[in-house]
Amino acid sequence: MAAIEASPAIRRFEFDYAQARTRARRVQIVSILVFAIVFFVTARMGGFFDMTDVTLASGERVSTWKIWAGLPRLGEYLGKTLPVLRWESLGADLAEWFWRWQTWLRLLLETVLIAYMATLFGVVGAFVLSFPASRNLSPNRLVLNLTRRYLEIIRTVPELVWALIFVFCFGVGPLAGVLAIGLHATGSLGKLYSEANENVDMRPVEGVKAAGGSWFQQIRYGIVPQVIPNIISYTLLRFEINVRASSIIGFVGAGGLGQEIRTAMSLQEYTDLSALFVIIFATVILIDFLSEKLRHRIIGITGKGV
Amino acid sequence: MLEIDGITKKFGDISAVDEVSLQITPGQMVGVIGRSGAGKSTLLRLINRLIDPTQGRIAFCGRDVTRLRGRELRLWRASCGMIFQQFNLVERMDVLTNVLIGRVAHQGLLPSMALHFSEADRAGAIRALDRVDLVPQALQRAGSLSGGQQQRVAIAKALVQNPKILLADEPIASLDPANATRVMDALKAINREDGITVLVNLHTLDTARSYCDRIVAMRAGRVHFDGAAHELTEARVREIYGEAGLEADIDEFVTSTAIPAPRKHAALETEAA
Repeated sequence: MAAIEASPAIRRFEFDYAQARTRARRVQIVSILVFAIVFFVTARMGGFFDMTDVTLASGERVSTWKIWAGLPRLGEYLGKTLPVLRWESLGADLAEWFWRWQTWLRLLLETVLIAYMATLFGVVGAFVLSFPASRNLSPNRLVLNLTRRYLEIIRTVPELVWALIFVFCFGVGPLAGVLAIGLHATGSLGKLYSEANENVDMRPVEGVKAAGGSWFQQIRYGIVPQVIPNIISYTLLRFEINVRASSIIGFVGAGGLGQEIRTAMSLQEYTDLSALFVIIFATVILIDFLSEKLRHRIIGITGKGV
Repeated sequence: MLEIDGITKKFGDISAVDEVSLQITPGQMVGVIGRSGAGKSTLLRLINRLIDPTQGRIAFCGRDVTRLRGRELRLWRASCGMIFQQFNLVERMDVLTNVLIGRVAHQGLLPSMALHFSEADRAGAIRALDRVDLVPQALQRAGSLSGGQQQRVAIAKALVQNPKILLADEPIASLDPANATRVMDALKAINREDGITVLVNLHTLDTARSYCDRIVAMRAGRVHFDGAAHELTEARVREIYGEAGLEADIDEFVTSTAIPAPRKHAALETEAA
């Protein structure tokens, strides 16, 4: 190495390189420190380091770490929800575990239908609003900001709160649930769709504009064919999320399985809880599986252009 | 007659196009040359109003097109067929639909949302595709075609617009020599057979020389040369492209994308010897 005389440009580079490395390392150390401090402060505020008093078997009271003391209770709770299943009387035990299966199946259907309707409303609203909410497509800043703020507001309010409001307006039942989840889904999907719109290749849009296309035509021909696959995956994912949401909003009377979960919890019918959980879990897995099949089919078809 | 009168476009403090005035008679084939960033592209986009001028006026047949708005503006854009370096097709749609996009200015809102075109438009699109020899590919996805084929689709699209002027922005810069020749021949044919004015931005001098009646050279947003190809002497070329410190002669063959004619080969060999 020493035999070869380094050119001034190379020596200059070596100097700059060493400096750049030092800078990068400093940034790394500072960011790790900041992250660690923020982590400990938030954990402290979240009560992760709290202590609690427990009574030992000997009757002595000692102070222990709260998480350590509480963990066995989680096992205890879950243990209570386990049904008694014996091999010799399996059929009868299962029948007892799912004793309200007729009501539950009816409510499960209602849950899925709420999610379906809500997704439909969400897709229509989000699709229409996503174009004015995209930075690269919005006709002007006022429209951009109005649609963006509207989408933010409706997705910031949780489904459960919307459900409470709509139950107050339209009474107990699935209608309130559909509106609540649909509104929240509009906000979330609108955000995702508009991000997909912002990542498109703008050249086709320019091509349509140069041929004399209006704003609507530029979007129809230039944008929509590019974003259709994204829209489909986001929508199917949202449908799964909506099924989970619609199984909860029954807590406040907005239809679906939630009302049964609430009843089981307040009446301390622990095995009912596990039965309901199994039903929801199985449904979500099934929808997950079907939506993936559907997505691949549709993306295959849209390969030819929509 | 296309009259460009003192047109200026500023991006911030920089004038991309600075007080350009040109008169282009119908049926001319004009090559616009110049270094990257000389304002060639901006000039074409100003003509079909993809961008609005800061100052100045463009008139076509006595009609001021810089003031047009709404539907009038869209019809003006449609009457200027535009061809882009990167083709700007909708790659996920089929070739036929891409050509039909040339008809959007005459299509209603609802039919366009349903991708519905009239039978006459479809017949016109197929005839245009036939002129560029792409009828067999009509139902293929535009993105599956080669670059040269995509550029010919773009030409067919410009044709169905029934343009009065054709603007081509570096149409062959992304193509190999064989495809570049085909595309330039197609533009020349449209110019000759249909009598359509063609304005083409080029960065290869020899292409401009062999295809264009008139050459306009731009430098730093201004017109630096305007005349017939044979008037473009080597000294002028150095002025247009010249850069301090670049002593060597600019060799047109280095940047050429044309397939060299045997005569040029001979010339090169003699030089080498």
